[in-house]
Amino acid sequence: MKSRRPFFRRQKSCPFSGADAPKIDYKDVKLLQRFVSERGKIVPRRITAVSAKKQRELSRAIKRARNLALMPYVID
Amino acid sequence: MAYYESVFIARPDITPVQVEGLSESFKTIVSENGGKAINDEYWGLRSLAYRIKKNRKGHFVLINLDAPAAAVRELERNMRINEDILRFITIKVDALEEGPSIMLKNKTAREERGLRDGYGRDNYDSEIQQNKSASAPGDVE
Repeated sequence: MKSRRPFFRRQKSCPFSGADAPKIDYKDVKLLQRFVSERGKIVPRRITAVSAKKQRELSRAIKRARNLALMPYVID
Repeated sequence: MAYYESVFIARPDITPVQVEGLSESFKTIVSENGGKAINDEYWGLRSLAYRIKKNRKGHFVLINLDAPAAAVRELERNMRINEDILRFITIKVDALEEGPSIMLKNKTAREERGLRDGYGRDNYDSEIQQNKSASAPGDVE
């Protein structure tokens, strides 16, 4: 019986799907900030559980925010 | 005609009144070219995430447009020429936002809390947490 696996993965769901999910907007820096690493890099979706479609939208928003100096390209 | 959102950053050493004048002049450019400037928003003097032309801060202005491509081209051409403009971005949107954008909403929310700190993350996160059970990017692995 392999009831207890060493790496238990809990059910993840996309934070941008569902009824009252936040809208991805390049102006919403606070929201975007949660999807970049401490260095300012975009966190891969295998960690954040964002769906592929939303991840594309998200990365577009982050890049727009970076262009407008709302978010940094690099934090060092 | 299509909807656009145009955001520009103006040099920090000009006054908010001058910024107002700038956005007025851009709005007239749009209307002269057959477009409509629906509304504009002044986000205030914000600090930039990195330096642009040696500036650490800038006046941010958002203008919502309903304009043909020619008007946008003319608007961007003028922004490129104007030396008070550090940066601009014009994005085509399917529908314009009603009421104040997220930027102003966050700003007023912060002022209501009494400008405690620059980042109201704790507050915001708890708000999000109510909506969903998914984890924040930080706490996996």
